[in-house]
Amino acid sequence: MKFSKSLFTLFLISAILLVIAPYDASAKTLRGKVSIDGSSTVFPITEAIAEEFRSVAPRVKVIVGVSGTGGGFKKFLAGSIDINNASRRIKSKEVKKAKKQNIDFLEIPVAFDGITVVINKANDWAKEITPAELKKIWNTNSKVVTWKDVRSSWPDKKIKLYGPGTDSGTFDYFTKAINGKSRASRSNYTMSEDDNVLVAGVSGDKYALGYFGFAYYLENKTKINALPIKSKNGSITPSMESINLGTYVPLSRPIFIYARKDAFKKPEVKKFIQFYLEEAGGLVKDVGYVPLPKADYEESLEKIKSL
Amino acid sequence: MSLRRRRLTEKCFKIATALITWSSIAILGVLVFQILKEGMQWVDWQFITSLPSRKAEKAGIYTAIWGSFYLMITTMLFALPTGIGAAIFLEEYGGKSRLSRFIDVNVANLAGVPSIVYGLLGLAVFVNLFGFGRSVISGGLTLGLLVLPVIIITTRGAIRSVPKSIPQAAYALGAKKWQVIFFHTLPYALPGILTGVILSVSRAIGETAPLIIVGAAAYVAFVPESLLDEFTALPIQIFNWTSRPQEVFHSLSAGGIIILLSVMLTMNSVAIFFRHKTQRSRNG
Repeated sequence: MKFSKSLFTLFLISAILLVIAPYDASAKTLRGKVSIDGSSTVFPITEAIAEEFRSVAPRVKVIVGVSGTGGGFKKFLAGSIDINNASRRIKSKEVKKAKKQNIDFLEIPVAFDGITVVINKANDWAKEITPAELKKIWNTNSKVVTWKDVRSSWPDKKIKLYGPGTDSGTFDYFTKAINGKSRASRSNYTMSEDDNVLVAGVSGDKYALGYFGFAYYLENKTKINALPIKSKNGSITPSMESINLGTYVPLSRPIFIYARKDAFKKPEVKKFIQFYLEEAGGLVKDVGYVPLPKADYEESLEKIKSL
Repeated sequence: MSLRRRRLTEKCFKIATALITWSSIAILGVLVFQILKEGMQWVDWQFITSLPSRKAEKAGIYTAIWGSFYLMITTMLFALPTGIGAAIFLEEYGGKSRLSRFIDVNVANLAGVPSIVYGLLGLAVFVNLFGFGRSVISGGLTLGLLVLPVIIITTRGAIRSVPKSIPQAAYALGAKKWQVIFFHTLPYALPGILTGVILSVSRAIGETAPLIIVGAAAYVAFVPESLLDEFTALPIQIFNWTSRPQEVFHSLSAGGIIILLSVMLTMNSVAIFFRHKTQRSRNG
């Protein structure tokens, strides 16, 4: 009896140790590098995670670059980084290249970003817009010159258009969602890769209309208005709730990190991604993006466990 | 033309040139004032010694300062000997052969090549071909190539401005050509060469585009320990902050610009000090 009791205690202690040990003690002493690059849209999230990760694993060097989703994938497929921040899904061309290079990867959604259609504060006629009307405005060979061309009840004034440049993931997504074909867009509008320029443009022009990432709208709510999108769900304004619930369609998109599967062999990379998924729910909101439903993070956590 | 009219024209011309000078100084003044007004609130010890952060009030520029510093050291260690060597060859040994004229034209053209092209070159050669990766040495060598033409051109100018009597006196005493160059021409040309150093450090430290291409990271929480370590740099950090949605980061970037200007002025003041000293010893 006595024997089995001590055996039980021993078992209990070792069980506790087994649970705790790989979790805490090892993270503090973890060393190595986690090399990340890619989209500037995803950057603030990854940066926030990297910053917090320092208190968990102070000796791991996390490096985050911003060479754009496409530029990041190039480095990712050349094998020089562990993780790529991507504001769009990997293209089939890139998948092919990965197969050729024998690179096995994992796609992990980390947050939602809503593309926001914005208008000037003084705009008192436009209360909502339909995707069809947006297509009329933005499609290639668009004939829209005035607001009246979009909806006959709107004023006969020239519409001034602002949008992201063609290197941006936002441009890729918007054109796909609205015009039906990625990268098909009219080209006679004010373009800038810097969303702050677009904010300044729309806020200074009564007859302006533009689109860019939700985070930039959130920070500039006092300067510009979001135009609700009318879909089968009704007229929906972009917000944390509507994007999270998935009612803000078709302009909300998931953003991702892509990780090389063989990089999971490095404990510091695995730990980092694990930490990413555990903390994203809170930190994503902090930097102006919309977190995924909890279950999605848990699902990804489950997936990486076996790697 | 009457005498009065000619005097009037003279006066107008003088005023026009003065106006141009003062207006460019005024523009600089407005820029600096704007930056100081917006950024000074951020510049303190905490800002200088903190790591990058998503929270503006906690964010600092520590790793970027060290990144830029090491970058400049690498750049100069590469560009100075190469540039001065090339200038000596072109000026003293090159002669007027077709080849040296060809090199001449190309060096002048290289000085005008957009910096992003150097970035692409650096990516292809240093990052990929040599396998240096996204490291201090890749960035330093790329910036080194970028400022090489500036150093060559200013050094050549400095060598050319050395009075002929000085090398001739040395030749007359039986000195060989390399002795003349090393002990007479170069010391005399040193102030001019240092001007080239000032110009090239000022240019290299503010470059953003080639560093982004080469792969300087935006978030690095450690000071590079070797030439092969990843790095971030001041202009990268400033660029990163200005492109953020939060307005507070825009004023934080003004703080970064103040630091960038101070680092540049500090590095240049070393060169200016030496220039002053060599100029004095030459005249004295």
